[in-house]
Amino acid sequence: MLKSEPLVLQKPHSSANRLRNKAAAALQTIWSFRASYIFIAPFMVCFIIFIMVPVIAAFALSFMYYNSLEPPRFVGWANFRYMLSQDLILIKYALPNTFKFAVIVGPGGYIASFLLAWLISILPGVYRKWFTLAMYTPSLAGGVTMGIIWIPLLSGDRIGYLNSFLLKAGLINEPVLWVTSKEYLMTSMIVVTLWSSMGIGFLAMLAGILNVNPELYEAAKLDGIRSRLEEIWYITIPSTKPQMLFGAVMAIVGAFKAGGIGQQLSGMNPTPQYAGHVIVTHIDDYGFIRFELGYATALSVFLLVLIYMANKLCWRLFGTKEDE
Amino acid sequence: MQVAGKLQKLFIWKKRSKLRSLSPMEKFSAIVLVLLSIFMLLPLVYIFNHAFKPYQELFIYPPNIFVRDPSFQNFVELLSITKGTATPITRYIFNSVIVAILCVIIVTVVSAMCAYPISKHKFPGHKLVFGSILLTLLFAPETVAIPRYLVVSNLGIMNTYLGHVLPMVAVPTGVFLMKQFIDQLPNELIDSAKMDGAREHTIFLRIVVPVIMPAVATIGIIAFHAAWGNTETSTLFMQDEEMKTFPFYIHTLTSGMANNVARQGAAAAAALLMFLPNLIIFLLFQSKVIATMAHSGIK
Repeated sequence: MLKSEPLVLQKPHSSANRLRNKAAAALQTIWSFRASYIFIAPFMVCFIIFIMVPVIAAFALSFMYYNSLEPPRFVGWANFRYMLSQDLILIKYALPNTFKFAVIVGPGGYIASFLLAWLISILPGVYRKWFTLAMYTPSLAGGVTMGIIWIPLLSGDRIGYLNSFLLKAGLINEPVLWVTSKEYLMTSMIVVTLWSSMGIGFLAMLAGILNVNPELYEAAKLDGIRSRLEEIWYITIPSTKPQMLFGAVMAIVGAFKAGGIGQQLSGMNPTPQYAGHVIVTHIDDYGFIRFELGYATALSVFLLVLIYMANKLCWRLFGTKEDE
Repeated sequence: MQVAGKLQKLFIWKKRSKLRSLSPMEKFSAIVLVLLSIFMLLPLVYIFNHAFKPYQELFIYPPNIFVRDPSFQNFVELLSITKGTATPITRYIFNSVIVAILCVIIVTVVSAMCAYPISKHKFPGHKLVFGSILLTLLFAPETVAIPRYLVVSNLGIMNTYLGHVLPMVAVPTGVFLMKQFIDQLPNELIDSAKMDGAREHTIFLRIVVPVIMPAVATIGIIAFHAAWGNTETSTLFMQDEEMKTFPFYIHTLTSGMANNVARQGAAAAAALLMFLPNLIIFLLFQSKVIATMAHSGIK
């Protein structure tokens, strides 16, 4: 844009002069937007200090050996080599657990929140509020509370509510160790996380669906859309796309970072026989128990890349839908 | 006439409350939602009852969900646990309240201020700014806990309230949501205000803020929720016991109690204390969100 404009005017000038003019013009535009920069400054300062710098620092630190006592020492790819070739616990437990957890909780929670938001949206306004509240309440409970709610419910002895209920119903003969045995910990983690996964994404989708222009539905009816399913596919989803994408991003990030619930439920890190061991708890283990901060950061860089790739995948999925 | 109007209103309300007036699809959705609500709310019904159960009721077999003989014994126990220690429990609660209030105010103001120019001013670099915000939306800040710790310790804001609040401000979700809302505000409105000679801050305060109130409410809820339940800043950035927050305290109270009897009553009481403010604030803000949406018809 800047190139084509002054071409005629500046023919006699030297190239250095032109460059100077360009720089002056750019500075002038920036100066004319000074109010905008002042507006974004408070957030951007926090953002750079607490997100950008740590992320860059994480990349730098992942190539170092650092135990928080001695100064960091550059070790090249050693952390990543160790991660891929020698860290048996990561490869045997943390990775498969993370994937299993994320694949069920991420898309599962996402689909559930869309369906719930849609179901709520077709109800008359008076009821919407209460069902929204009911669905959102578990997310309000928050991490710490969640542990406290579920621990007695899933307690391993017969006093545990679930055990007592199942015993009474005759479905099991002896109490099941829901959160301290390696068979059931993962299932408990998934159920608890799904229970509380109707968070921001759900609210965003609900707002999006409620704000779809009702004329669109009427127009679609005239154009021959009959079933509710077609309505969802051709109108609701396309017109709530921004909220849907936002929900998807939140679901993925949530799924990868919610793994700490295993530690809360079972009350220990590492979890019993590594049954609920995910990358997040692995990072905690190395970073704040063993103080191998360099390696722990390498792990978190790995996790960042993992989340980024999962998101890319989801953006691509949405992209193909756009082409159809 | 007024009376007639009131009667009319009453009549509509009555008519609406009848399930018969719902279409089959609405009925289906209502049934599914009621069943799901029961599942979603059951643990919470339980937490309310659990908090008021005396010890002899907490561990009876078979356990009953509803409390028979409510007492405040658990709350008393919760308050008395810290008697022997230097930091009373009220200090943790005080810290939490301060941090949560600061967070809500700062996060909503700062993200609204940041979102407005990104959405409405095409300043040089706005794409870069929004792009980086969008990118960090993908990150869970928890994953870079270690470098964050180093940054905070180098800034010298450890053991201060700033150390609690500032890392929470840098959450891109708020800006993103606000920007989505401000995008829906017609440009003509801002242009005409500019024509009338309004300065940027006037436009922001008089035109943008009133319109984005639903977003402000939503982000207020999110910010409060995040700050109120946050144990990360207390664990990592606070060494002084009297600067730590209530959820951190509960965390220490309950860690390792999977099959444990001790202090479950206190924990249940604490959980109720943790949960109630969240619920109340969401209730207050939610009605506001719905009302604002119904009135302004934001699209």
